[in-house]
Amino acid sequence: MGSGNYLLRKFAFALLTIFVVVIINFVLFRILPGDPVRAVIGRNVKISAEVQQSLREQFGLDKPVFPDQFLMTIRQWASGNLGVSWSLRRPVAEILISKLWNTLLLIGLGQILSIFFGVLLGLLAGWKRKTALDAGALTFSLIAWATPTFWLGIILLAAGSTWLGLPTGGILSPQNVGKPLHTVLPDLAVHLILPTLTLTILYLGEYMLIMRSSIVETLGEDYILTAKAKGLNQWQILWRHALKNAMLPIVTIIALNLGFTVSGAIYIETVFSYDGLGKLFQTALTKQDYPLLQGAFLLLAVSVILANMLADILYTILDPRVKAS
Amino acid sequence: MSESTPLLSVRHLSTFFELSGNVKAYALEDVSFDVYPYQTLGLVGESGCGKSTTLMSILRLLPPNAHISGQVLFKGVDLLALSEEEMRAYRWKEIALIFQSAMNALNPVMRVDEQILEAILLHRLLPREQAWQRVQELLDLVGIAPQRGRQYPFQFSGGMRQRAMIAMALACSPSLLFADEPTTALDVMIQAQVLELLKNIQKRLGLAIVLVTHDLGVVAELCDQVVVLYGGKVAEYGSVDAIYNSPQHPYTQKLLEAFPDLHRPTASLASIPGTPPRLTDLPSGCRFEPRCFARLERCRHEPPALREVGEKHYAACHLLEEKENLLE
Repeated sequence: MGSGNYLLRKFAFALLTIFVVVIINFVLFRILPGDPVRAVIGRNVKISAEVQQSLREQFGLDKPVFPDQFLMTIRQWASGNLGVSWSLRRPVAEILISKLWNTLLLIGLGQILSIFFGVLLGLLAGWKRKTALDAGALTFSLIAWATPTFWLGIILLAAGSTWLGLPTGGILSPQNVGKPLHTVLPDLAVHLILPTLTLTILYLGEYMLIMRSSIVETLGEDYILTAKAKGLNQWQILWRHALKNAMLPIVTIIALNLGFTVSGAIYIETVFSYDGLGKLFQTALTKQDYPLLQGAFLLLAVSVILANMLADILYTILDPRVKAS
Repeated sequence: MSESTPLLSVRHLSTFFELSGNVKAYALEDVSFDVYPYQTLGLVGESGCGKSTTLMSILRLLPPNAHISGQVLFKGVDLLALSEEEMRAYRWKEIALIFQSAMNALNPVMRVDEQILEAILLHRLLPREQAWQRVQELLDLVGIAPQRGRQYPFQFSGGMRQRAMIAMALACSPSLLFADEPTTALDVMIQAQVLELLKNIQKRLGLAIVLVTHDLGVVAELCDQVVVLYGGKVAEYGSVDAIYNSPQHPYTQKLLEAFPDLHRPTASLASIPGTPPRLTDLPSGCRFEPRCFARLERCRHEPPALREVGEKHYAACHLLEEKENLLE
C-alpha cells in the first residue's frame, strides 16, 4: 500500500471527524437555555411580539431545527460565517482570526523552545544515564511538569517585573498600539519574554521526560549494539541510529500538544493579560456568548484534528513501518 | 599468515560484572583458546554459561560495569590493551558479528542497503560510488536481489534478514566472523540455508569463524574445533572429532547424550538434572560438581585445572587425574 493511499484515508477520516464535531456543536447549542433574539437585542429592551417574530423569521428560527436550521448552519459555517458575537457585536470568524495570530505567536515560540531544549535535555540525560546531569535534568523536569501553570506564571511575573523591569502584561505598550508591526518589534519581544518563558518551562519537562525514557529504551535495542559492533562512535550511534527511532513517541506528543495549544494558553494569557484566544474563550464563557463559544469550540476541535493528521503525516516520514500496517 | 599461526589467541580471559550492592557476577574465568584462519571454532554450552559473553568481551562490547582481564591477541595485537578509538578500527573491519535475532539487529527505520553501505564508508574502504557497487555485490552473494536492498528490514522475512546481516558482516571483508547463534530464531529449512551460506562464504573468502551455538548438530557439521563452556570456564577443548568420539568431561558426555542420535532414533534423550550455577554464587570447587554423576570428594572444594588428555585435547576434571594415577 502506497503512502498516498494511507494519507488519503487519514484525510477522509479527519473530514468525517470534523463533520461529527459540527453536528455535536450544533446540537449542543440548541439544547442550551436562552433565547437568541433576546440575547441579540439585549435583555432589558422592550419590543413588541411582532418585531420579535419578524426577527425570528429573519434568523430562520421559525423553521424546524432539522433539517432546515441544520442545513442553513452547515451552509453558513462552510462559507466561513460563524455568526455574530452577542457581547462584541462583531462577526465571530473575524474575532477568532484576529486573536489567533497573537496566540500562535506565543504558543509557537514556547513550543519551539520547549521542544528544542526538552528533547536535547532528554537526549543527554538518557544517554548519560545515572550521572549527575541525568539526576539534575530529571529533578528539574519533574518539578517543571508538576508545577501549576498559573502559579509559575504569577511567580515569574512578580520576579521578572520587579527585578528585571519587564512589562507585567499585554502584547504592546499602550503608546505602540496601532503602529506598523516592524517598528514595534523590540517592544513586542520584551512583552513576550515572561509568558514564553512560563510556557517553555511547563512543556519542557514533559518533552524531556518522554525523550529520556525513549532514548534509554532505544539504546538498549539490538541494532544499537550492531552499530557499536560496526565501529561507530557514540555520537554516530546516537545521531544516525538512536535519534530517529527515539523521536517517534515525541512526535505524537508534540502533535497532540499543538492541537491543544489553542486552548492551552488560557491560564497564561489570563495571568499575563495577553490578548489571545485563551483570554477570548474565558470572556465568552463568563458572558455566555453562545455564538462566540460555538466558534471557539469548532476552532479547537478542528485544530486538534488537524494536529493529529500532522502527526500521522510525520510518522510516515519518520517510520517506514507505518505505511505498511 | 600461515595456517599454523592462530589468527586469534584468547588467553586467560576473565570477565566479571559489578552489580549493585557490591555483588560481582563472574561470567568468565580463565578462558583460553585459539582460532586459526579458514577454520571454525564452536563455543557450546547451556544458556548462561558465557558463550556470548566471550564474544562480547573480545570485541569489548559489554556495558561499562563489565571488567575484562587477560589477553586477546588478534594478529599479534592485544585488543584488550587498545584505546577505545583504536578498538573501533578493529570492529567490523577485522572482526564482524552476526546476532541471533537479525529481527532486531537491523535498524528498523533505515534501508537495508544503507545499513550495509554505512559500514563500508565508516572504515573508508571505498569511495561512495564503488561502495554502492560493493553493496549490490554483497546482496547478490547472499542471494538477495540487489533492488530489494532499497527496502526496510520489516519488509524482509526472517531468513532474508539473517542473510542481509551476513552480507553486512562481510561488507568490510573481515578476517574473523563471530556468529552468535545465527540460526536459533529461524525455522529448520531456513536454518539449513543460512548454514550452507556460511559454509560457502567461508570456503570462498577464507574466513575464520567463531560460532556460538547450543545445537551440537550444527557444531558437528560446521566446526573444526570445539570449546565446551560451563559456568564461565572451559570444561573441554579439542578438535570436533576428539570431542564427539571421546568426550572426557562428564558435562560434555551428558551434553552429547542429550542430543538426538540418528542411529538410535528411539533411544530416549538424556537430560542433566539441575541448572547451571548462579554467577553471583559459584561453587568453590568444580562448577559442575553439584550436577555431576561422577563427583569425588575433592571436587567440592578444589577447582580442577585443564589437563591435556590427547593431542590438542584438553579437559578440566579431577577424574582424569585419578585415572592417570591409577594407571601409574
